[in-house]
Amino acid sequence: MPERIDYWGIPLAWRPDLIVYSLMFLAAIILLVRFYRQGSLWWRVGRPEVRWNKIYIRIGRLIKYAIVQTRLLSQRYPGVMHIGLAWGFFAFFLGTALATIDSHFIKFLEGNPYLIYKFLLDVFTVFFLFGAVLAAYRRFIQRPPRLTLQFRFTISLLLITVIVLAGLTVESLRLAVERPTWALWSPVGWLLAQAWIASGVTEQSLTNWHIGLWGFHLLLAAITVATLPLSTLWHTLTGPLNIFFSQLDRPVGQLKPVAQNDQNAPIYVKSLQDLTWKQLLDGDACTECGRCQDVCPAHAAGTALSPKQYILSIRQALHRDGPILAADKDSTRAGKLKQLVGDEISQDVLWSCTTCGACVRECPVLIEHVDSIVDMRRQLVIEGQMDGMLQDALANLGRYGNSFGQSDRMRARWTQSVQPKIKDARREPVEYLWFVGDYASYNATLSEITQKTADVFRIAGLDYGILYDGERNAGNDVRRVGEEGLFELLFEKNKAVMEKSTYKAIITTDPHSYNTLKNEYQLDGVPVLHYTELLDQLISSGKLKLSKKTGYKVTFHDPCYLGRYNGIFDAPRHILTAAGCTLVEMPRNRERAFCCGAGGGRIWMEEGTVKERPSEARIHEAIGLDDVNIFVVACPKDLTMFRDAVKTTGQENRIVVKDIIELVSDAI
Amino acid sequence: MNIIVPVKLVPDLVEELSIDASGTNLDTAWLRLIINEFDDHAIEQSILLKERTGAHVTVLSTNVEGVDDLLFTAAAKGADRLIKFNGDFDSGVNNHALARAMANILKDLNPDLILTGVQANNDLDGSIGPLLAEYLGMPYVGYVSGVNVLGNIVSVRKEYPGGLIGEMEVTLPAVLGIQAAEQPPRYVAISKVRQMMKTINIDEQDLTGLDTLGGPIVKRLFQPEASGRAMMLSENAEEAARQMVAIFKELGTL
Amino acid sequence: MNPDIFVTIEHLRGKVSDISYVMLAAARELAKSTGGKVLAILLGHDAQNLAGNLYADQVLYADHATLADFNPEAYQKILVGIINEYKPRAVFFGHTTIGMDAVGGISAQLGLPLVSSVRSIGADSKLISQICGGKIMAECELPESTALITMVPGDYKPELGQSIQSPPVSSIPVQALDGLRITLKQYIEPETGDVDISKEPLLIAVGRGIQNQDNISLAEELAQEIGGVVCASRPVVDQGWLPSSRLVGKSGSTVKPKVYLAIGISGAPEHVEAITGSDVIIAINTDPAAPIFNIAKYGTTADLFDLVPALTDQIRNNKG
Repeated sequence: MPERIDYWGIPLAWRPDLIVYSLMFLAAIILLVRFYRQGSLWWRVGRPEVRWNKIYIRIGRLIKYAIVQTRLLSQRYPGVMHIGLAWGFFAFFLGTALATIDSHFIKFLEGNPYLIYKFLLDVFTVFFLFGAVLAAYRRFIQRPPRLTLQFRFTISLLLITVIVLAGLTVESLRLAVERPTWALWSPVGWLLAQAWIASGVTEQSLTNWHIGLWGFHLLLAAITVATLPLSTLWHTLTGPLNIFFSQLDRPVGQLKPVAQNDQNAPIYVKSLQDLTWKQLLDGDACTECGRCQDVCPAHAAGTALSPKQYILSIRQALHRDGPILAADKDSTRAGKLKQLVGDEISQDVLWSCTTCGACVRECPVLIEHVDSIVDMRRQLVIEGQMDGMLQDALANLGRYGNSFGQSDRMRARWTQSVQPKIKDARREPVEYLWFVGDYASYNATLSEITQKTADVFRIAGLDYGILYDGERNAGNDVRRVGEEGLFELLFEKNKAVMEKSTYKAIITTDPHSYNTLKNEYQLDGVPVLHYTELLDQLISSGKLKLSKKTGYKVTFHDPCYLGRYNGIFDAPRHILTAAGCTLVEMPRNRERAFCCGAGGGRIWMEEGTVKERPSEARIHEAIGLDDVNIFVVACPKDLTMFRDAVKTTGQENRIVVKDIIELVSDAI
Repeated sequence: MNIIVPVKLVPDLVEELSIDASGTNLDTAWLRLIINEFDDHAIEQSILLKERTGAHVTVLSTNVEGVDDLLFTAAAKGADRLIKFNGDFDSGVNNHALARAMANILKDLNPDLILTGVQANNDLDGSIGPLLAEYLGMPYVGYVSGVNVLGNIVSVRKEYPGGLIGEMEVTLPAVLGIQAAEQPPRYVAISKVRQMMKTINIDEQDLTGLDTLGGPIVKRLFQPEASGRAMMLSENAEEAARQMVAIFKELGTL
Repeated sequence: MNPDIFVTIEHLRGKVSDISYVMLAAARELAKSTGGKVLAILLGHDAQNLAGNLYADQVLYADHATLADFNPEAYQKILVGIINEYKPRAVFFGHTTIGMDAVGGISAQLGLPLVSSVRSIGADSKLISQICGGKIMAECELPESTALITMVPGDYKPELGQSIQSPPVSSIPVQALDGLRITLKQYIEPETGDVDISKEPLLIAVGRGIQNQDNISLAEELAQEIGGVVCASRPVVDQGWLPSSRLVGKSGSTVKPKVYLAIGISGAPEHVEAITGSDVIIAINTDPAAPIFNIAKYGTTADLFDLVPALTDQIRNNKG
């Protein structure tokens, strides 16, 4: 009967069981010690943070991202490659666990269960080796720039591949000697066994080889386990931990407030010990895959920022300075350490981020880059370390409530040509409060679009009003720049005016305002709608009739703060269809849309030297779509950025940028 | 070293200014007050000197609406002490009266250096710096854009037309009229200003002996009529560019 | 009371500044109402020749080595003596780095009233001052007793204060000038750029509206196509985006080009006073209320970021 035999071919007098368990026990101890040495730095150096609530959701995430590894599969080649390697190892680990249970507790690996067990293990061996070949090809031939092509990665790949090959060979040697009738249930092993059989080597020799190779396999496994915290395989532990402890208390569009210490004084992130343990774990969890870097608009533009290098600098600082800080935070040695924010991680790196969230969305181990960058920006703001243009914008926001430095009385100037006069929501109750936003109000070229929007609202019979000069910048990007105090000021002013007004819902054309009003303004359940959501509702309910079919062939750019941050993708697409447009999707669309580069306060900062502006790259991407000559946007900043980009790339005759309201207007 | 920086709030020129019914004062309905730009530079210069020499900086102003925010912002930048003067300022006290009254208080503060903006947009009887200097018996140099402390004298860069600089040496104690600080006034995070509101006190002093002697008698204020007005070209960039090319050709430039 | 009007002449390194002539013209106007003469006060060292073309009835000249260059303390000491002796109806000072330094001390020391930023003389000896960046004008009475006045340029052309005939010069004795607390150590020349903008016939000027240093390249490209030179107003130079040799304004250069293209410049008085000599001023500013449009010949509210590149392109195509 088919059954699993413990330690086949190993002389029992050698006590192979003792060898295995003591060796693995030793390896495990070393692993734990090293894990503690490295991992304890997280909580000994970092600040506390509660991340172990809602256990069930966390376990769910662990399954989705650490086991099924859905994020990795977003790219086919490396996805399949890694799944092969990872699931292979899950299988072998499970296999070994089952073998241990079979050995000492319940003997069940016999008969059909045993055969299925053998078969699956062989199948996973093939998956694994397939993954290993893909990996080798990727590392030595393809050499994509986002990877870190260093020897320590090759060593890891080599180690695990040799372990698996050794294991396979061990099996094949046994099969070559035993030649059981059920050998075909281990197809690959049996195939390899043919080679031994054909070679005519004696059974004794085969058995000796088996012993040697088994020992070799055991040794390699022990070494892998013991060196895990020091090798690139460290991510197999830190990755799942990072996934388990990932953020789930706030929506993605809500930044955490500034932390406070026991004296209610704010804690700004100057150095490692100001970061929370989870932020330090982020550094250790990074697998250096570089997917974040590949989707980052700041990196593509050639600025100093690479999200990957940013996270790795946290890791570097942790490994180098962590032990000193953990020993004694107040020692003189600790006092001489380089400051993390500003010195180790330069201003340039921190200011280059547009907070588009693509890196966070892409990371296979759920690292939270944006939160840490904003945390560090808060320190730069306190120190006054920012370029003159940003200083001016913030000073203007503080004094006039808009970044342009124009009087608050000019905010509603765009309404002068609108008939009938738009209701003042501060004076009379309205159904919808339209929060217009800075760019739509003050920018001379954009006010046409704002007026058109007012027109469409009128045609749809919408009962709405605006706050006129009571409105201030909503503060989304002020928060992302790290000026919490200014955000609070703007928030207070806006809330004061809004509280005196009566309305049922808030609408806005600006995704940035939308994000903060929805996620950060604590409006007690008052619905906040982006105008695409509203228009979608109006069209599908029949209140707004689009009788003309425009017949345009268009493409659509998903705004970061509408799509990636708040999950609104379908509403604008419904509108385009209803307007009779044929939509050709951008190659990078929906959650993978490529940011225009204006967010995170970047539009208020000096540009610096760029290789290619993100907005220009996006226009080039759009031009690649045949016959599409309309680029549709749903955000005032996008409109400005992309219209400029069309000009600077000289594509005025090839493509035109339109706000979605223009298409709606054309279709009425 | 003891540095004192008298500052004031002036009308914000971003807003439209209008004249009230009396015809001799600005209409305060839409009037926004902001810190006198040159006083802002004076604060910046004093903080720079503090960073270089460890000086003690006192910033003071008259108690009008918005003065608290002004002073707390100065503290957030690094000022050590804040003073606001209480008095009847509604009738718009002139600089002479202010300087006379302030001089008495400043004497007791024993300043080594007084930095103030070289002028303010609402000055009508000269700027306060030279007046303070005279009442305190100190030398005054204005249009200063660089200050270096050398023991008991300061070396200052005085601006002349054409970008020319006169390097002057002045014995301390002295009053300087600041045109520009060595770097533009720094931004200070609002959270820092708010923190100052909780941690630092503004000293108050009564300003006595305010009179309006010697002040200019304003008969009326009015808005200037433009002597001429430009011929406006198109608002459209392409069109305006075409028109400008035509103008250049006509002028012989092209 | 002595109805004469005195004018404190300002000179720098051997040249009389334009503001002196402006003051002489204004003083002449005021003297008509008071019925007095116009006397120019000239303080200097071996500087009698500077009195040559002053349009004054008499020049009071004080010579001292210390007066070779401006010194606020020295000026105050001597002027106090002159005022005490002559007790004129009014004394003019420039609203400048020279006049402002001297007049305040004199006013406080002698208890004399001071009216600043005066731009023109109105009927009945009224003084009309310019305040709030030129947005508001204040009309004041000429104060009783010796009135001290600081003057800004704009309403009187310098030519009106110049004369072909030299006025009579009287030397006045100078007391000892020791123990001064202020001394001039040296002059520091401005960084001589490659160009002297005061001599250029076509200037492309950028102001705060250019927003950042990178955008100045738009103006540079235009300048290159059209054969002009880029210069700037104070905010641009303060930020360090252009060297001070390119500064146009009160503390920078006064320019008299054939064409002055003002891009993103609002038209603050300190800038305007340095460009009134231009033949043609063309202004680009999105704010239709910007004061620059009051002195420009042509203007547009088109956005400079659209207009400047468009203009550059059109000029380029025009040539080809």
